[in-house]
Amino acid sequence: MAEIGTLADAVGELIADGDVVALEGFTHLIPTAAGHEIIRQGRRDLTLVRMTPDIVYDQLIGAGCARKLVFSWGGNPGVGSLHRFRDAVQNSWPVPLEIEEHSHAGMANRYVAGASGLPFAVLRGYVGTDLPSVTATIKPITCPFTGEELTAVPALNPDVTVIHAQRADRDGNVQLWGLLGVQKEAVLAARRSLVTVEEVVDELTPVPGAIVLPSWAVTKVAEVPGGAHPSYAQGYSERDNAYYAAWDPISRDREEFANWLREVREEVPA
Amino acid sequence: MTYTSDEMMAVAAARALSGRQRVFVGIGLPSTAANLARRTHAPDLVLVYESGTLGSKPDRLPASIGDGILAETADAVISVPEVFNYWLQPGRIDVGFLGAAQLDRFGNINTTVIGGDYHHPKVRLPGAGGAPEIAASCREVYVVVRQTSRSFVERVDFVTSFGHGTGKGDRERLGLRGAGPTLVITDLGVFRPDPDTSELVLTDLHEGVALDDVRAATGWDVKVAPELGRTPPPTAEELSALRALKEASK
Repeated sequence: MAEIGTLADAVGELIADGDVVALEGFTHLIPTAAGHEIIRQGRRDLTLVRMTPDIVYDQLIGAGCARKLVFSWGGNPGVGSLHRFRDAVQNSWPVPLEIEEHSHAGMANRYVAGASGLPFAVLRGYVGTDLPSVTATIKPITCPFTGEELTAVPALNPDVTVIHAQRADRDGNVQLWGLLGVQKEAVLAARRSLVTVEEVVDELTPVPGAIVLPSWAVTKVAEVPGGAHPSYAQGYSERDNAYYAAWDPISRDREEFANWLREVREEVPA
Repeated sequence: MTYTSDEMMAVAAARALSGRQRVFVGIGLPSTAANLARRTHAPDLVLVYESGTLGSKPDRLPASIGDGILAETADAVISVPEVFNYWLQPGRIDVGFLGAAQLDRFGNINTTVIGGDYHHPKVRLPGAGGAPEIAASCREVYVVVRQTSRSFVERVDFVTSFGHGTGKGDRERLGLRGAGPTLVITDLGVFRPDPDTSELVLTDLHEGVALDDVRAATGWDVKVAPELGRTPPPTAEELSALRALKEASK
């Protein structure tokens, strides 16, 4: 059964230095508040996993929480580059960042394999590209039935997956809808999981297209209204496009970023 | 009506789409063009976004691949594994509509690193996203890209998405099912692969662009089709639809 508690307690209990951590969300329902709590608690040497590392990963990388990033697209969506990410890759600032780079199809299938209890996934992917030459976790495989050459990628099984959802009931069953990304697979692939929600309600009334993660498949739930900002939670909030644009100059400049970091570290946790 | 070269590019790219084509749409220039096509001559286009939407019908340009309007106006909203495994991989999509940071003579696309080596790049770009498999599995691929001698190069620094490799026959040898890039639209003109060599050849110049402009903005000795076409300038209807889409997204 998922335990309902505070964000600070959940992050403190679930995430340790050196863990493999996935904060998933495909531009919708991004668990930004949880990322800020990881920064506040000063976690180090994390292997961060995410298909689309955007602002919150730029922040975690700039804060020096990560030693490695496993990803398929790292940018500020609709704006441009992630400058803390670039500074880490190009200049090892504030600490060196190892990267393990995939395509979306590869990352999605790695989570599916992880959720399915399989060691690897098979896809038609990466063929002809330079990615297999720089990423050790992309290998050719021969179909045992047809002899066809395909591509294998290993399962992703994070120590902890963190996602944001619209709501949970008091038993810790989690309901989410709208763009679902790869969150269900990322939670089921992980050893432990944390779901921040907009609200905890008495009853999860049906919503078109919604999925439910049963309480027994989730480790902890924390109520964090607005916890996806500047991303959004369909039915609760709108994407703050201006914030994405405003992040660019902060991210470009180490000093501006340091000021931002000081403010986040001083915030009282949700 | 006066117009910019970016507007000409968006209009030329929109005109390339038609009917009920199923289009896998990259964000940015491709999304602008695909939405313009749907708002003008091709209302029945099926727009597929990698965030997991089939048949999105936004009335403004989405701010990102995960803009809520893509889900709210879609025929179906699905997970990301599903969009790649069930819809893209088996060949259900007609056109992959992609952008590029760097594009080469054989239509290979780089969105990963520029300069230096992979581990010490001069510029670290966002990376692959969905593009490698879009370029592999769609029936054909259209690329829309602003053209400079730095973006249009003899050979990309990194092959993020495979075009025609080093020439004719490479895709077949690798077992890729789609035809790869069949059309490249820039702010200066239109390129298509030569049927014999798969090298990109200039087939059309946009109105007001000189051949020398294209040569200056191409990083290889560009070949020109024997019968060079002229892209008609944007119509008033196209321009006002494009500007309305952009205005609505502000």
